[in-house]
Amino acid sequence: MQAEAALGRVGLWFGVLIISLILAATARDTGFAAHATIIAIVAFVLMWMSAARFDPMKKAQGFFRMPEGLSRYDDDPVRWGVLATMFWAIVGLLAGVFIASQLAFPQLNFQPYFNFGRVRPLHTSAVIFAFGGNILIASSFYVVQRTCRAQLAFPSLARFVFWGYQLFIVLAASGYLFGVTQSREYAEPEWYVDLWLTIVWVAYLIVFVGTLARRTEPHIYVANWFYLSFIITIAMLHIINNLAVPVALNGSLSFSAFAGVQDALTQWWYGHNAVAFFLTVPFLAMMYYFVPKQAERPVYSYRLSIIHFWSLIFLYIWAGPHHLHYTALPDWAQTLGMVFSVILWMPSWGGMINGLMTLNGAWDKVRADPIIRMMVMALAFYGMATFEGPMLSIKAVNSLSHYTDWTIGHVHSGALGWNGLISFAAVYFLVPRLWGRERMYSLRMINWHFWLATLGIVFYAASMWVAGITQGLMWREYGLDGYLVNSFAETVAALHELYIIRAVGGVMYLSGALIMGYNVWMTIAGKLREEAPMGAMPDYDPDKDRPIVRPATPEPAE
Amino acid sequence: MINKRIDGPTGTETVGHEWDGIEELDTPMPRWWLWTLYLTIVWGVVYVILYPAWPLIDKATEGVLGWSSRGELAEEMSVVDQARVTVREELSRIPIERLPENSGLFAQAVAGGRSAFQVHCSQCHGSGAAGSQTLGYPNLNDDDWLWGGDLKAIEYTLVNGIRAPGVEDTRASVMPPFEGAFDAAQLDALVDHVLSLGGKETRNPAGAQTFQDNCSACHGPVGEGNRELGAPRLNDAIWLYGGSREQVREQILNPKMGRMPHWSGRLDPVTIKMLSAYVWSLGGGEEFVEVAEDPAVEVDEEP
Repeated sequence: MQAEAALGRVGLWFGVLIISLILAATARDTGFAAHATIIAIVAFVLMWMSAARFDPMKKAQGFFRMPEGLSRYDDDPVRWGVLATMFWAIVGLLAGVFIASQLAFPQLNFQPYFNFGRVRPLHTSAVIFAFGGNILIASSFYVVQRTCRAQLAFPSLARFVFWGYQLFIVLAASGYLFGVTQSREYAEPEWYVDLWLTIVWVAYLIVFVGTLARRTEPHIYVANWFYLSFIITIAMLHIINNLAVPVALNGSLSFSAFAGVQDALTQWWYGHNAVAFFLTVPFLAMMYYFVPKQAERPVYSYRLSIIHFWSLIFLYIWAGPHHLHYTALPDWAQTLGMVFSVILWMPSWGGMINGLMTLNGAWDKVRADPIIRMMVMALAFYGMATFEGPMLSIKAVNSLSHYTDWTIGHVHSGALGWNGLISFAAVYFLVPRLWGRERMYSLRMINWHFWLATLGIVFYAASMWVAGITQGLMWREYGLDGYLVNSFAETVAALHELYIIRAVGGVMYLSGALIMGYNVWMTIAGKLREEAPMGAMPDYDPDKDRPIVRPATPEPAE
Repeated sequence: MINKRIDGPTGTETVGHEWDGIEELDTPMPRWWLWTLYLTIVWGVVYVILYPAWPLIDKATEGVLGWSSRGELAEEMSVVDQARVTVREELSRIPIERLPENSGLFAQAVAGGRSAFQVHCSQCHGSGAAGSQTLGYPNLNDDDWLWGGDLKAIEYTLVNGIRAPGVEDTRASVMPPFEGAFDAAQLDALVDHVLSLGGKETRNPAGAQTFQDNCSACHGPVGEGNRELGAPRLNDAIWLYGGSREQVREQILNPKMGRMPHWSGRLDPVTIKMLSAYVWSLGGGEEFVEVAEDPAVEVDEEP
């Protein structure tokens, strides 16, 4: 029976291998051929693994570390996710420093594979979807188990989600360098990679909802509302924005189902809600779990969490048109995009208030605990970015800021400050617990990381604000005779020094992440750095950190 | 399951649930937060009444202010156009060779030309109009002109372009490739001679003969060039495609010939006039000399 099943699996992977090889051989473009080759390699490895094992179930449990019984949380996908987070963070930040340097020194464009146009989507996708996506999937698997007091549902599907998502990242990232792109910002992967991500994402939804369904807590914790809205809305956005018709089944090229201004609006409805439901909502979910855990304080206001959750969800989905002010988009859509963006200000700040005020009664920890310090700084940047966003969406402001580096500065104060720092704080929280260590290898290194990252963001954001406003003012400058004063090339040349300062900020932020990588590595290796002690970490009892297992059959009534 | 308690440090009651040790306080929403939220909502309602906002079946609500982005643009443009209308009218009336006589109008034309140059010409000629020797875009700041440097000639070049495909009156000429025409010694001697014209090499009689036989028809007996054909002057220190031996040799064997798009139909005649004035003003502008053998040119007596 088992042998037959194993044979069936070998046959399945062999079939995938053959199809991939045929597609690679007959592909219409090299990018598609390269992707088919990657799939073929994965299929070959899986075929070999299926064939090489005699006792398939046991070997599979060995490699994929299937959980034994229901008495412990299923944390292996979380561990892999944390490692993947660290890896992709460094890759993504490195790509960022590289393209920032390209803008200051165009000689660094190496044609064709490493020119700005190809590395830029590699950077954005690596930091948003690879770094961000991995910490979101990993932390959601961790948080949903703890707050439901239940083991992860469908363990094999959860493993598929992790590995399937990594395959998506590899296909997306390699595709950008090969020149495979559908030219939609933050949705560059082509149709077949989109289809694969859809499958992975639906599996993710099933695992998450399945775990919620088997919870032993009577209520669903607020963090899980945020995670769930993230998973559902991203699925909807991803599918609609990527509706496309492939030119051929053995080529990467496809054409969007939309055209003209409808296409632009669909893209920015997606684009802005990627900011909303990928970079805001699920990171608030992380905040709602890790801040109260690390501070050991109750969440500030249950009522605020309900009101700001629903108002955020309702309002965010309307805000996309503010990316298309003063374009062919009809005026009414621009008005709605702007109005809903401005009303969004307070609902966004609700999350910041709930995070910061949770520290009531524990503010002394900001002085002592570097992880709390990181969380507070993350929330401060969150508040700043969610004030700046509504402000930039006002048409009068947007007419100066749009298409300038101000937007880049805004995005990075949010991404580096909020998403980056809250993720780093979560990783520092998770690593000692996941690998059963007393604490991180070094708390002082967390402090170094904090200062390097914070100063790096200040350099980055400040230089881009100045650059953006300079650019905006130069573009619109008219002379006394009523004619434009500056050529585009002159406005680019004026930004040279600011671009260098920006790259320096990026290097600082990257070096903080490298220190973190070392710190995580040494912690997993089981080492403790000898150093003057910093703040006390919250108590953690591994024996109590386990699901509540209901008896299989109800106790007979007395 | 509900286990409400009063939290010590804040004195606030909890909601009574607990997840993995996390409790929630029953703090009311901060008043300033709530009132600011209401305020933005009220502002939003007022704004969508004033401006176009809600899509209906065949069009959207227009807003009580009657504002539209197209209307605003048209209004701003008409203000600018009105401010310029006298200048543009005067410019369209004056023959271009008379422009320098009217110093006020000329200054306006140069200012407008500079702005148009930054938008349409700087991509090739550079924002300072210095061109690029490696890419073969001529420097417009010097007095070395391929096709003529008076206002009329410059305007003609702008209107018709250089080697512009499909344009009947475009400035056109072809330098034949000499790949395979000379043996190595001949070629070397020819390069010597071409370089000697500008004083970069000593004279080479063999090269001079080759030049006389093959090149002088267009470039002139002493390399003075020919503007009728756009054949560059060779007896100066200015080189369009570089003045090293290697670059000169390459240009003889496989000549590069630059192209410039024609601007008639893309820019209005007044803008082209202003561009001509700007390029002419850069330093190398030449006086217009009436050509006797072309009686078709009538001199407009109107100032």
